[in-house]
Amino acid sequence: MVEFAFSDIVWNLLLALRWTALLSVVAFIGGGAVGLLVLLARLSSRRWLRRLTRGYIEVFQGTPLLMQLFLTFFGLSLVGLDVPAWLAAGLALTLFTSAFLAEIWRGCVEAVPRGQWEASSSLALTYLEQMRWVILPQALRLAVAPTIGFSVQVVKGTAVTSIIGFVELTKAGTMITNATFQPFLVYGLVALFYFLLCFPLSLCAKSLERKFHAAR
Amino acid sequence: MAYQFDFSSLSGYGDLLAKGAGLTVSLTVVGGLAGVAIGIAGAWARSRPVPVLAPVVAAYVEVIRNTPFLVQLFFLFFGLPALGIKLGEFQAAALAMVVNLGAYSTEIIRAGVQSIPRGQIEAAMSLAMTPLQIFRHVVLIPALKKIWPALSSQVVIVMLGSSVCSQIAAEELTFAANFIQSRNFRAFEVYFVVTALYLALSILLRWLLSRLGQALFERRRHG
Repeated sequence: MVEFAFSDIVWNLLLALRWTALLSVVAFIGGGAVGLLVLLARLSSRRWLRRLTRGYIEVFQGTPLLMQLFLTFFGLSLVGLDVPAWLAAGLALTLFTSAFLAEIWRGCVEAVPRGQWEASSSLALTYLEQMRWVILPQALRLAVAPTIGFSVQVVKGTAVTSIIGFVELTKAGTMITNATFQPFLVYGLVALFYFLLCFPLSLCAKSLERKFHAAR
Repeated sequence: MAYQFDFSSLSGYGDLLAKGAGLTVSLTVVGGLAGVAIGIAGAWARSRPVPVLAPVVAAYVEVIRNTPFLVQLFFLFFGLPALGIKLGEFQAAALAMVVNLGAYSTEIIRAGVQSIPRGQIEAAMSLAMTPLQIFRHVVLIPALKKIWPALSSQVVIVMLGSSVCSQIAAEELTFAANFIQSRNFRAFEVYFVVTALYLALSILLRWLLSRLGQALFERRRHG
């Protein structure tokens, strides 16, 4: 039987931490890209498009991430695709992130004064031009702090992917616990590692928030 | 070959789903009430310069807010027995929800408390109100009114988060779904229906909380 020393536990958790970090980055970047599209649709002048995206956001914000994971995981295999856990995890987290980011960014866009829209449309800018040159640069300033704040939720969300069998930090913790029978120590370390990932992001979000508030 | 959906395979499991949903609701009620109570106490502790208490509460809030709920749940359920504290599935799930919501609501309510203008408190002091009276009537109630929407969304988030409690075999809605799909092998259909149930629950909960907010805070204007 293999004995697990303390250093082995830490080392194995660190190896798994890479997957948590990678999945977080993928979901955050993918979610940001999809979220931008959702945002554009959400603010569009076409009513059906606004309704559709509102429904999209409502569904992702009103259902558990675990259910979204299960539906992605089992839904993709219905279409005949043999989905590995990491793919389902990445896809579900990307969609989840996109819905939340779109809603956060919508608040920031709406915080840009109406006069800016009116002024830019009187200059005959198209919708996309208005967005690109007038609205988004101003909204971006407001969006930085809450976006980084949400990245903490994404990192924590990756823990749920352990349930569909993706071996990230939490799953590694469970596996090591099963081998060592030291749940107190192992889950304590797992929590510590998540904290080390998330706390700097939280601090960063808080200090940015203060900075931008002072500027206004 | 195209997949044939078969939602009829779910019939006969209605009771099980209802029981699961009932447990999800009771977890949410327990978590919501006790969590907000902790939040009020925590916000109170952080609003005054008590040497030990304020930093302890601050640490509690940061630790909980920066670790996943699932890990908190595993730590309580699997980890605590090492210290001789054994919890049942429901107890551990409820405790995890209380602890989790307690931290978030401390932070939310604290933001409300901070938004109360200093002059209001000074005015209350000059009317010879006791510190507890001031906190209750001048600080807490207007603060709660201000942050009620944020607090309501957090309660909904915690309700949705409770779906991972199935992992410690607390028999809530997701547990029922896992059980049913292991019987009828219709995973997609089962999770689809249960997801719709969660959506309905969260819409209902949001509506109830907004009505509760109206009932709690609107009437006071006249009284």
